[in-house]
Amino acid sequence: MSPQRRLALGCLMAAVVAMAGTGPARAEPPPGAASCSGCHGPAGSEGPVPSLLGRPAAETAAAMAAFRTGQREATVMDRIARGFTDDETRAIADWLADQGDQP
Amino acid sequence: MTRPAPSPTGSLTRGTSRRTALGGTLAAGALLGLGAPAALGQAAAQVVVIGGGFAGATCARSLKRADPGLVVTLVEPAERYLACPFSNLVLAGLRELDEQAFGYAGIEAAGVTIARQPAVAVDPERRRVRLGDGTELDYLHLVVAPGVDLRFDAIPGYDEAAAERMPHAWKAGPQTELLRRQLEAMPDGGQVVMAVPANPFRCPPGPYERASLIAHYLKTHKPRAKLIILDAKDQFSKQRLFEQGWAEIYGGLIEWVPLSFGGQVTEVDPGTSTLVTEFGSHQADVANVIPPQRAGAIAALAGVADATGWCPIDPVTFESTLVPGIHVIGDAAIGGAMPKSAFSANAQAKACATAIAHLVREEAPPTPKLINTCYSLVAPDYGISIAGVYAPKDGLLAEVEGAGGVSPLEAAASVRQAEAAYAEAWFRTATDEVFG
Ligand SMILES: Cc1cc2nc3c(=O)[nH]c(=O)nc-3n(C[C@H](O)[C@H](O)[C@H](O)COP(=O)(O)OP(=O)(O)OC[C@H]3O[C@@H](n4cnc5c(N)ncnc54)[C@H](O)[C@@H]3O)c2cc1C
Ligand code: HEC
Repeated sequence: MSPQRRLALGCLMAAVVAMAGTGPARAEPPPGAASCSGCHGPAGSEGPVPSLLGRPAAETAAAMAAFRTGQREATVMDRIARGFTDDETRAIADWLADQGDQP
Repeated sequence: MTRPAPSPTGSLTRGTSRRTALGGTLAAGALLGLGAPAALGQAAAQVVVIGGGFAGATCARSLKRADPGLVVTLVEPAERYLACPFSNLVLAGLRELDEQAFGYAGIEAAGVTIARQPAVAVDPERRRVRLGDGTELDYLHLVVAPGVDLRFDAIPGYDEAAAERMPHAWKAGPQTELLRRQLEAMPDGGQVVMAVPANPFRCPPGPYERASLIAHYLKTHKPRAKLIILDAKDQFSKQRLFEQGWAEIYGGLIEWVPLSFGGQVTEVDPGTSTLVTEFGSHQADVANVIPPQRAGAIAALAGVADATGWCPIDPVTFESTLVPGIHVIGDAAIGGAMPKSAFSANAQAKACATAIAHLVREEAPPTPKLINTCYSLVAPDYGISIAGVYAPKDGLLAEVEGAGGVSPLEAAASVRQAEAAYAEAWFRTATDEVFG
């Protein structure tokens, strides 16, 4: 596709979206949640750090609490988990759980 | 804050291809029965992002995610982005520069228009950016993310020509390969000298990771060689961890000279490969001069850089405190307690995109919370890290107390190994998220 046509199509799509109402595409990440994906990849990603998307919120919240108290050993998560309150952690855990079907 | 209503004709002015696109928009509007320009104007909330690095590329993509109705243009002249993280491994011969390269196809597929041009001027009054080919882009919000410029006016003798003899290698690319070739060509018993600037600069632990990996190369290939670090400061990031690792792994190979012992380089002579300090001069077989830095030039042209050369911002919206409607993220911004890292750039970019999506809807943006983690390799299988959590406080991004910190001084080799593996995992995950 030529850049011009792509541009035009982009505008067309923008117009269609506008008809449907401009607004957030999906639930917005609560404060802090967007930073987790720097290390925790999308569902199905490989590597030593597991994906958190779609994980039950209670599991994520419990792990974060254990990291925070030092009950659970960690290289880095203890230092990160201590930066979030219980409420913030719960909001992040809920949001991550809801992202299960997202790419 | 006052913002002009988005122009009903959208951002696309001048230049024939732009006209074509505009025609396309109007045709689409007519087709869909969208007669009123106001409706179209609303559809085309234009956000322009200058710079396709960790900051800008992430932001462009996150903007489309936050609100697919936004029309997002990413201005970046380079065909491919060469990432700095892990480029110290390239110097040590443990990685190839091609593994640092990332394209923009994924970002384009996410609905971002890529303008393969440099931005050369910004008119904040008319909210317009001019590109190298004369094209002009209107914006409702502009994101400036040009990274750093190396200052070739800071160390007498160190200009762009000198960098061909004494490479900085502080932007991944030909400079990285030049320094690698020089290290490879150096005879055993030779002396490598690094010059490291005072804060703030891109990647605070980066010079010390570099020293580590150069030492690894020397120990392996040129065991009689030496490495001297001339430092313009008395303390550095993860210092105790680095020093412990250096003593453990490299014996006396690395000598660190702090500011108060004559570490500040006051002049260089590329002809004789000499670095001069207040305490004497050092002859180098290979010299790596990392000069002081400032925000990329377009920041000053846009009026968002202050006398320090960096850009003050509001920590909630990342909007410049000097010019309304322009947001600054990544290395160019004054990030408060956040260091100038790819991780910070990525985190700031997402928070900035969230804020802009709110501002476009004329809603108050949420207060962000951000994470930074910088991994460093003391050896290929020996990783250490510094982490922090940040939130706005008194107009700056401040560290959340009780969180963050560095890897423990006492740790088993298996922990260092795990952190080296996590470092690599971070690089893969982060570059996948931004460019994949
Ligand atoms: C040796 C080294 C090792 C590092 N290691 C790490 C690490 O392990 N972890 C980490 O988190 N960070 C690391 N960093 C730091 C990291 O590279 C930077 O913090 C990061 O690149 C900042 O991203 P940015 O988007 O602000 O700037 P950049 O990555 O520099 O991107 C800026 C982009 O803007 C473009 N641009 C500039 N001016 C214009 C213009 N006028 N018009 C259009 N485009 C323009 C440039 O072409 C460039 O693509 C390292 C840095 C170095 C040098
Ligand atoms: C710097 C990289 C990094 C960031 C950022 C990060 N994590 Fe982690 N995470 C890790 C690593 C590494 C582990 C393995 C434990 C360790 O060594 O710290 C882990 C483990 C976890 C686990 C346990 C997973 C399991 O199945 O064992 C949870 C839950 C978790 N992190 C949640 C989060 C949340 C929530 C965030 C964002 C607020 C986050 N992480 C941000 C690197 C990171």
